[in-house]
Amino acid sequence: MGVLPNPLGRSHGTKAAKANKPNRGAAAAEWADDRLGLATAAKKQIRKVFPDHWSFMLGEIALWSFVVLLLTGVFLTFWFQPSMAEVEYQGSYDELRGVEMSQAYASTLDISFDVRGGLLLRQMHHWSAMLFIAAMLVHMMRVFLTGAFRKPRELNWVIGGLLILLGIVEGFAGYSLPDDLLSGTGLRIADGLVKATPVVGTYMSFYMFGGEFPGDEIIPRLYMVHILLIPGLILALIAAHMLLLVYHKHTQWPGPGRTEENVVGYPMMPVYAAKAGGFFFIVFGITALMGGLLSINPVWKYGPYDPSKVTAGSQPDWYMGIAEGLLRIMPGWETHIFGKTISWNVMLPGQIAPMVLLTMVLAWPFLEAWVTGDKREHHLLQRPRNAPTRTAFFVAMMSVYGLLWAAGGNDILAVQLGLSMEGITYFMRVAVFAVPVIVFIFVKRWCISLQRHDNETLLHGYETGVIMRSPEGGYTERHLPISESRAFTMTARDRDVVLDGSEPVDANGVEAPGSRLDGIRHRLSKALFADNVQKPTREELDEGHHHAEEEHAHEIEAGMDQPADGHQFDGRHTVEEESLRH
Amino acid sequence: MRLLNRSAGRLSRHRRGPLAGLVVLLFGLLLTGGLYAAFSPASAEKTGTDAEQIAEGRKLFLTSCSFCHGQNGEGITTRNGNQLGPSLIGVGGAAVDFQVGTGRMPLVQPGHQTTPKDVTFNDEETAALAAYVQSLGAGPDIPSEALYSTEGLSEEEREELAVRGGQIFLTNCSACHNFEGSGGAMPRGKVAPSLQKTSSKHIYEAMLTGPGEMDNFSNGNIAPEDKKAVIAYLEAIEENPDYGGFGMGGIGPVSEGMYAWLVGIGGCVAFAFWIASHTTRTDKKPQAAGGEADQ
Repeated sequence: MGVLPNPLGRSHGTKAAKANKPNRGAAAAEWADDRLGLATAAKKQIRKVFPDHWSFMLGEIALWSFVVLLLTGVFLTFWFQPSMAEVEYQGSYDELRGVEMSQAYASTLDISFDVRGGLLLRQMHHWSAMLFIAAMLVHMMRVFLTGAFRKPRELNWVIGGLLILLGIVEGFAGYSLPDDLLSGTGLRIADGLVKATPVVGTYMSFYMFGGEFPGDEIIPRLYMVHILLIPGLILALIAAHMLLLVYHKHTQWPGPGRTEENVVGYPMMPVYAAKAGGFFFIVFGITALMGGLLSINPVWKYGPYDPSKVTAGSQPDWYMGIAEGLLRIMPGWETHIFGKTISWNVMLPGQIAPMVLLTMVLAWPFLEAWVTGDKREHHLLQRPRNAPTRTAFFVAMMSVYGLLWAAGGNDILAVQLGLSMEGITYFMRVAVFAVPVIVFIFVKRWCISLQRHDNETLLHGYETGVIMRSPEGGYTERHLPISESRAFTMTARDRDVVLDGSEPVDANGVEAPGSRLDGIRHRLSKALFADNVQKPTREELDEGHHHAEEEHAHEIEAGMDQPADGHQFDGRHTVEEESLRH
Repeated sequence: MRLLNRSAGRLSRHRRGPLAGLVVLLFGLLLTGGLYAAFSPASAEKTGTDAEQIAEGRKLFLTSCSFCHGQNGEGITTRNGNQLGPSLIGVGGAAVDFQVGTGRMPLVQPGHQTTPKDVTFNDEETAALAAYVQSLGAGPDIPSEALYSTEGLSEEEREELAVRGGQIFLTNCSACHNFEGSGGAMPRGKVAPSLQKTSSKHIYEAMLTGPGEMDNFSNGNIAPEDKKAVIAYLEAIEENPDYGGFGMGGIGPVSEGMYAWLVGIGGCVAFAFWIASHTTRTDKKPQAAGGEADQ
């Protein structure tokens, strides 16, 4: 597979072998290779193997969105003026002509109305930012739910988490740059979040804005952060993420011929270069279509920022939605100590809660590794059902995310669904605590049921849908054994080891060192793995097959193995030249 | 003639058919209706004098409004102190024209908010009701067309008006009605309605009278010229093409996020699925493909 035509020509011919005349491209490549030595360096990489599965391409959406962001972002920097100096707008948009505004806002209007293709590129930039973070999240979901974060990939998991965090900050900085009404409203909230820090909040805010909000410093500062600092960090982390990906090799689904030591798939050249390269153009195309057809952030309608104005439907971009939701449903708690105010109502939802949520998800691989004490490398993925507690934890986190998201848009939901805004808020205050618990229990039981079903299938075969009627009039459904490769794939997983913390003290009544921690570890182990259904043992499988054979023999005895009409079309037999018997 | 006879003969063959009676009846009804429409006095009848109009309005008021607003528009207070309908004395004709003209009044049932529905009264009847309420005590009357209409203004005047109106709109109105007047949420399940399908006259009257939750922007607060500017701005952004493409409801980043996930990520994942499910094309014989798994 992937064998390139021999450049030296045929070697088993009747004529003497002779080199083909090198073409011009090959000559150029050789010239470059003699000086750069790229072929040796790239030889290994271009043969790097990628396994085929759609969910392995989710991270690529993020990567390609980032490329689109860089391309469109560079275009925008040519015209955007990061200045809060007041100017009078004299551009093409009639409804704002003559209005005083900052240069940043005026240049955004110019990009939208007076630069050829400017609005398209601005909209593409914004859409790809939305896609970038969304793709990172769905990629993270895939990695978490399949256990791809296990050793040796824990650090790459953390890098990914940092990338999401940086992506969100980067997006927020970009959202603030046009200095329109929504930007300013968002910055005002950021100002509030900073000021909610006890003791040093106001100092930090004044430092950030160069004086009292809004000042005239924040846009140029955010611009530097947006086009240099964070993109640089993101680029470096993406490089590290990809290098680790190459170093670790790709994970793969278990299956016949797939082990912890190999990767089964297609090589980079030529297959994945074409697939991934093609996917770039698809992502670019989708972004271009959205940029061309769907209006995003129509800043000209918002008007220039003015602290005295606000608009209904003031929302951040979707990725800040959970922060917005946290703020919106938080009761107005404050404490006054020594004449100082501690704003729990902003500090808790704005500073503490998002960090707690992020830390919980980032710390999970380390927690799991500590509980299991598993030091092996894992390159084969797990099906979500085979880690019920982990899957349930993550889906519970997703439910919190979804609820907070909805809470962030409570006004829009109220109008669109004819509900009361306060009603939604009160509901959410309870739901963000209650719903994840319900979801956790539900998903865990669901996973365990699926595990049971897998065992059923392994032991008793699959349901053929062929109903047999015995001479006595009883009905049975015929089960047929599943294929060997499917059985292999389903059983290619480790048995879970549950630690039992029954002996915290030894025979002499002495507590083992560190036993309290061990106790926690054992309890967690029980919580994580005790309820899981383990795959059947060899004996159980043999017995199951034996039982099936016996049953079959019994059927033959009872005269029930007759080729029943129509049943030859059960998909298990070749049916060429078969017709319905009468 | 022969042709006529023949066709009449053909027709008469059906005269005892089961549907003949029905057809004749329909024909007769059509004829009567058509003749009436042709000869009846057109609606050109002048609206009578003020006194007549007020008397007409009072009649309508007594049948349709007095149940809640009282027989003389004095309002009705229920036993536990709630208002069944507020007093209309001094409310003025503009409020009536707004409430009745947009179908908010008469109410179908009391509720937390009066919502627009199909208009019950025609223009004349609305005018009569307004005249009657105006006669109860002076309040802001129905504005004349010159106050709210931007007809007849030059291109530049209209543009200058729209720019000024935009700033007034974003300062005073967008907090509830959204940046492009597409509406927003109010406390306790109430809504600030969309302004996009509201007529200029009704927008002017709403500013003047402050219906429901809305503030009352009296002429001392926002001068008539400025009210007209707001209307000019709303007309201007309504007439603008959708510069950026489909506006997704004009409700800001929430719908943008929805499209990013459904169309953007949904589309990308669908393509990822498509790419991953298509393996390499090869012209090798099937058995040669067996080597792939060994890799």
